[in-house]
This record gives sequence, C-alpha cells and structure tokens, in this order.
Amino acid sequence: MYAYDQFDERLVRERVAQFASQVERRLDGSLSDEEFRPLRLKNGLYLQLHAYMLRIAIPYGTLSARQLRQLAHIADVYDRGYGHFTTRQNLQFNWPKLKDVPAILGLLADVEMHCIQTSGNCIRNVTADHFAGVAHDEIEDPRPSAEWIRQWSTLHPEFDWLGRKFKIAVSGAPHDRAVLKAHDIGVQILRDPVTQQIGYQLLVGGGLGRTPMEGKILREFLPREELLGYLEAVLRIYNLEGRRDNKYKARIKILTHEIGIKAFRAKVEEEFARIDSTNFGADLEEFSRIAAQFAPPAYDNLPDVSRKLEVAQAGDEELARFVEHNLYRHKRKGYTAVTISLKAIGQAPGDATSLQMRVIADLAEKYSLNEARVTHMQNIVLPDVRLDDVPEIFAVLRENDLATANVGLITDILCCPGLDYCALATARSIPLAQTLSRHFADPIKQKEIGELSIKMSGCINACGHHHVGNIGILGLEKKGAESYQITIGGDASENFALGELLGPGLPEQNVPEAIDKVLGVYLALRQPGESFIEAYRRLGLAPFKAAFKEVADAVA
Amino acid sequence: MLLLDRRGAKEETFTRIESAGESGGGSILAPFALIEEILAQHGDNRRIGVLVSNNVTADALEPYFDRLALIAVVFPSGTDGRGFSLARQIRRRGFRGILRASGPLFSDQFPQALACGFHEVEIPDANAARQPVEQWLAAANRVSLAYQRTHGAGENILDLRRRARLDGEAKDV
Amino acid sequence: MAAVKRPHMPVMLVANDLLEGDVVFAATEGWTRDPREACIARDDSHAQALESFAADEFRLARIVDPYLVEVTLNAKGHPVPRHYREVLRMLGPSNRLDLGKQADFKF
Ligand code: HEM
Ligand code: SF4
Repeated sequence: MYAYDQFDERLVRERVAQFASQVERRLDGSLSDEEFRPLRLKNGLYLQLHAYMLRIAIPYGTLSARQLRQLAHIADVYDRGYGHFTTRQNLQFNWPKLKDVPAILGLLADVEMHCIQTSGNCIRNVTADHFAGVAHDEIEDPRPSAEWIRQWSTLHPEFDWLGRKFKIAVSGAPHDRAVLKAHDIGVQILRDPVTQQIGYQLLVGGGLGRTPMEGKILREFLPREELLGYLEAVLRIYNLEGRRDNKYKARIKILTHEIGIKAFRAKVEEEFARIDSTNFGADLEEFSRIAAQFAPPAYDNLPDVSRKLEVAQAGDEELARFVEHNLYRHKRKGYTAVTISLKAIGQAPGDATSLQMRVIADLAEKYSLNEARVTHMQNIVLPDVRLDDVPEIFAVLRENDLATANVGLITDILCCPGLDYCALATARSIPLAQTLSRHFADPIKQKEIGELSIKMSGCINACGHHHVGNIGILGLEKKGAESYQITIGGDASENFALGELLGPGLPEQNVPEAIDKVLGVYLALRQPGESFIEAYRRLGLAPFKAAFKEVADAVA
Repeated sequence: MLLLDRRGAKEETFTRIESAGESGGGSILAPFALIEEILAQHGDNRRIGVLVSNNVTADALEPYFDRLALIAVVFPSGTDGRGFSLARQIRRRGFRGILRASGPLFSDQFPQALACGFHEVEIPDANAARQPVEQWLAAANRVSLAYQRTHGAGENILDLRRRARLDGEAKDV
Repeated sequence: MAAVKRPHMPVMLVANDLLEGDVVFAATEGWTRDPREACIARDDSHAQALESFAADEFRLARIVDPYLVEVTLNAKGHPVPRHYREVLRMLGPSNRLDLGKQADFKF
C-alpha cells in the first residue's frame, strides 16, 4: 500500500487548513456563495436533499484496517453511524455539518486520507481494478500507475477549473473490472508483443450520464515515461477546447464526438510534441518509488486446495454457496480474494454501518495483510486471504449480516442514492433496489438465473451506471409520479455495451413483474451455459421487448 | 480594478484604449483585434499590451510575442479555467513580457494563476472589496507544495524527494 | 424577459442552514426545522415577503438555496408539499425511517 511521506502529509494538512479558511471566509462574506460552492465541491462537500454530504476519496479503492476504523469513527462521531460506498470507490457520509468538516478532514489526514477532488470540475479520484495486484489475469498491478496519476492530478493548478468533471480509471488486466470505457480517460496497461515493454493504451471520451458514450482508442501504445506528459496534453486540449456554453455538453466525450477522434488525436499529439518531456521523463524515478510500495507481499507457499475449507464446506451449505460466488481466483496458490457483499437481501446497496466497517477492518488486519478494497460494484474485497481462513472469515461475516453469497448475481444490485438523498434525483432508487433484492432473494432461483447485473440510477446522470447494467433501471418523473425505464443488454466489461430500452416507464410496483417477464424469456430460450447477456446478444431485443410489452400494456 | 502580483498591489501603467485612433498616454492596452493597427501606429515608440479573450489560440498570439510588453488574458468568470491553459501555452512558447489574468477570479485562484505563468492579476473593484490584497497574498502560499514539476516556481515535491534521496545516498557513502 | 412563473398558493419557504446543512423552513419568526411550524403564504404578496426575508438571510450567510414549495394543508393544518420530491425532503430518506425529520419530529 502507498504510505505518505512527509511531503504528501504536509500537502494534505495544508489543504485541510485551506478548506477551513474557505469556510471562515464564506461566513465572513469574503467569499460569495457562488465562489464558495465550487470550492466546497472540490473538497467533496455537496449540499444534498436533507443535509450536506461529504465524499471521501479512497484512491483506487484501497483501504487499510486503520483507515477503515477511522471512517467508522467519523461515522459515529460526526455522522449517523453509517456510510455509503459508491461506484467510484469513494465513501459518502450523508449527514455531516459544514462546521464539523474541517475537523473531519483533520481526522482523515491523520490516516492519510482526504476529500480532495472528489467532486467539482476537476480531475476526480482515480479508480482501478479492485483485484489489483492479486488477479490471476493481471499484466501489471495498476495501482502504481493510478497513484502516479493521482499525485500528478492532485491540486494541479491548470486543471482545477475544467468545463466539467474528469474521471480516470486504470486497469492492468485484459478483463476490465474498472469500466474503463465509461471514463473520460481509460488507462489500459499492456505489454508490447514485440519489445515486451509495458506501456499504456489510452481510451478517451467515454462517459455515462445524459449522453452515454463508449471510450475510443486515443493512443494504441504509450511508453511509461510518456504517460503523464500525454495526460497533460489531453487535459490541456480539453480545457481549452471543450464546450463551455452548455454544461450538458461540456464533457470531453462531446468534444471528441463533435470534432472526431482523429482531429482530437491530432491536437493532442501536437500539444504533446511541445510539452517539456524531459521534466516528465524524469518522473520515472518517482514511478519506481511508488511501485516499490506496491511490491507483492511475502506470500507463503501453500497447496493449491485447502482441505480445511473443503471439509468446512461439506458441512455448511451457506459457506459452500459463499465460496462458490464470493471468491475470486488469486494469482497465488492457496490464496483467494474474498468479496464481502454490501447487498444483503433488502439492504440499501453499498451502505455499511460503522460496526460493519470495524468488523471488516478487523478481518482485513487479521486475514488479509491489512488491506481491503472498495469495488465499483459497491462491495468490499479482502484481497489476500488464505483459503484455509475462509471458514473463520465467513463465520464472522455471517454474524454481522455481511455473508450474503450473491456477488455477480441478480441481487448484487448497483444503485445510486436516488431521491432518498440526492437533490438532483427524479425518482427514488434504493427502495426499488430493496424490493428487487427481496423479490429475487431465493438463492436457488438466483443461481438458476446466474450471472446478471442490475444497475439503477435515480436520474439521467447515471451515477448508478444503469446504461451498462445487463438490466438497467432509470428512475424518472412521469406525470408527477416516479416512473422507471428499463433497458437490457448493457455491459460494463471489455465487451462494453449500452443497454437498449424495452419500452415505456413503469410505476415502481410493476418493475419486478416486468423483470420476471424478461427473465422468463431468457430462461426459456437460453442454451446450456449461456449467461443472460450472452443470450441477449444472440437473441436480440425483440423477444424481450415483446414479453415486456405485456406488462407495459396492462399498466397503460 | 485592483492590480496585484505576488508582492502586493501594483500601479497600472497601461492605458486602455478601444480604437487605434485613441492615443492614450504611455503604454497602451488594446483589444487583440486591433493589434495590426496598433502596432503600425504605435509599435515603434510605445509599450504595447493586448487584451485577449480566452478562446484566442496561442498560435494566433505567438507571432506577436516579441513586440508585446503585456498580454492580458480575460477570464469571463472565475470558473472558466481556459485562461490557465492558455497562459501555460503562452509562457511555454517563449513569451517574455508580462502575463496578466483579468477578470473576476477569487483569491483562492491566485496560486493557480501564478503557477500557470501569470505574473499579475487584475480584478474588478466589487471583488476586491470582498477580497482585499491581504487575502490574495495569504492565499498565495496556503498550500506550499505541489506535485507538478512543470508548473510554478514554488517547491515541487518531485524535486524535494529527489534531493532527499540524494542527501540520503550521500550520507550512506 | 418572460414573466417568472409564480407558484400555486399556498406555499412555504424552504432552505438549508448554511452551517449545519439541515433543511429549514421560514417560520413566523426566523427559521424552524419543523415543517409543521412553517409559515404558510396564501397569496403572492405574502410569498414575496418570505422570499425577501430569505434573501436577507442569505446575505447574512445564515441560509442557502431558498425557494418556495407549493403545499396543501392536511386535516391538522400542516403543510404537505404537492410534489413527491418535497415530501421526501420534508420527511427524510424513505428507506431509513430512523433518520431525518420523520425521526426528529415523530410525525
Ligand atoms: C449524491 C450526490 C451526487 C450528485 C449530486 C451526483 C452528480 C452527478 C452528475 C451531475 C453526473 C453526470 C455528469 C455528467 O454527465 O457530466 C454524475 C455522474 C456519475 N456519478 Fe454522480 N452524483 C452523486 C452521487 C454519486 C454516487 C453516490 C455515485 C456512486 C454510487 C456517483 C458516481 C457517478 C458515476 C459513476 C457517474 C457516471 C459516469 C460519468 O459519466 O461520469 N455519483 N453524478
Ligand atoms: S444518478 Fe442522479 S439521482 Fe442518482 S446519485 Fe446521481 S445525480 Fe443523484
């Protein structure tokens, strides 16, 4: 894990003092509300439907036990005893008071954390594959690159007042678990087949929201030493040429779309040629310094299978199910990455109580080399667990309502806060997620349906990734009431696809039966071993649409 | 208008003119659209500055660098950051005169303006009334370190780390 | 300029407390966190008076984001917003009845 040195520490402390001063100056009238708003947002502080909301950066999702405990402490002292883990690997507190935020920031700084650039029109928290460093299919751990980008983008004086937010994600594996193609910049680590040199493929102009778009290849291969300089060129062109006349058209995806990827690439390359590359080239030293902190831990040589786990599973159906769904193949024999589902049946997706945070912190400390990861699926991963320890971990999880065996299944619902918290929402999303979770609670039924993602947002901003859900649900307002549009066929992986609309929006109570209809088509027509998304690709939208229409017509 | 740089408030030495016919006195600051006329009329005996909007390209400005004493980049609002990148390009391409940010920036943006290559900032009186010079100077160094080696004259963390490393190695020997 | 659309009466005025963030309502005097104590304006001149009170309070850095909310009055004479968004805002998260005004004021 990356540990702050004296300079990181000083910068974060000074940033806390700067924010405290900004609050003071807002109160004494030096800063107008119009000026203060973007300043508080750049420090993760929103004003939501009921209260302020503070978004804490968890760079590339990595947390130590100590950090997680501090978050639990903040939840208890300054919030309401829980937090919400988000699709961008951040944590949100829903009830902080402005007057307490400087103190909260101080507590975060104590554990090398901050809220810098978790909102606002600047480069946001950098995300990465949550299985970074442990995935069996990995080319290189993406975290050193992500941390390198994090530092370069932190308080970057030139890119703090962009036309719109700018999100960067990094993946080091061919299987994309970081939704690269829905990011302003997706950084794919790859190995040049000829030289064997490691470098980056850059994708640009992806994004969800009002105008969803798939990122396009900007550069096939970028040598490591050119990464930051090249990003600087991209950001500069975007800052200068991105639209400023309409905030809905201000993302880089609109710029690349309007002028075309070729023209955009030409501009970036021209700017890149003028950049002082000697300065950036020298940063390779810095990359090595960072990478050293992510060196693989001292793993033990363990046998491939764990007799202990096998025996325990044989006598415990729930544990067996947990092992089947929540374990991910580790690059080391005898180890596994355990996903802790924050989607217990009927729970608000992504919410965790302070007690649960402490439980997970203890488990991370005891069994996972002191580390936990937040996933963009709003779950938490213990990345370095011995197979032998899984039964004990499971027992603790079970006691704390954290042992739900549903990772990747239909109740592993991704969901934004919606109108229960969010001031921009057009409809609620959490209650419908809870209803669907209960509707599909039966583990046997879930297993029969197999791998399937439901993703839900409470408005077109798409914080809940509905466009890339195998089943996507978008909450809207229709004739003064909440209404839910359903899409199918979305895919967040390397086979990226945007979902297609099934038909008109439905009232909340009709959504479960509509999804039942869609699943009915799948279960009736699937070929052996075919997942929902695979079946959809083969069958197309038509049969699903026809089934959906029965429900829609009955409602209308 | 309040004009200031990292040392504090400054006297304005340029006279703004709106057409080439006006002569003003001493140094003149004119809209960039008038540059050819102004250079033709006054280029030999006056210091000349231009006011440029933030969508003018560095390419358009570059041919005039040698004959300009001042480029004032207009910020239409504090939240429109195009001027920061434009400043960076202007400096990187070798402009040696004074680079000014002109518009309703706020004091927290002062360090950013300086780091991107502006020498001075000119703000409307209404803004200066809320945020007097002292606040600007206080804002300039609230965060004393930067991760970016390419921007600003302040201390950058990369070089500090490198120095610390070299010192460490020197001691080891 | 097109005439600004005036809300349908009656209305109450809602805002956020700047320092705390809580949702507050303009009351007969000052602000209240309890919507049942909100001042109800039944005509436009009263509504405008609420708005100008809020504008002053905004300048004094006490509240932010003030606006009028259209309501009806229930049997007890308490305001009920016409739009579901404002109902949720008045109550709290619908999935957490232990939080928000619904919990603070037990209504
Ligand atoms: C609660 C307050 C929130 C507000 C006000 C908010 C606001 C927004 C807005 C305006 C957009 C659209 C941006 C655009 O299209 O240019 C957006 C997109 C997004 N937000 Fe949020 N959001 C909030 C919470 C969240 C949460 C809780 C998550 C994670 C669960 C999240 C993650 C995202 C993601 C992943 C996107 C879409 C990707 C993209 O195109 O950038 N946001 N948000
Ligand atoms: S998708 Fe809409 S409702 Fe959901 S968090 Fe984002 S802005 Fe709010």
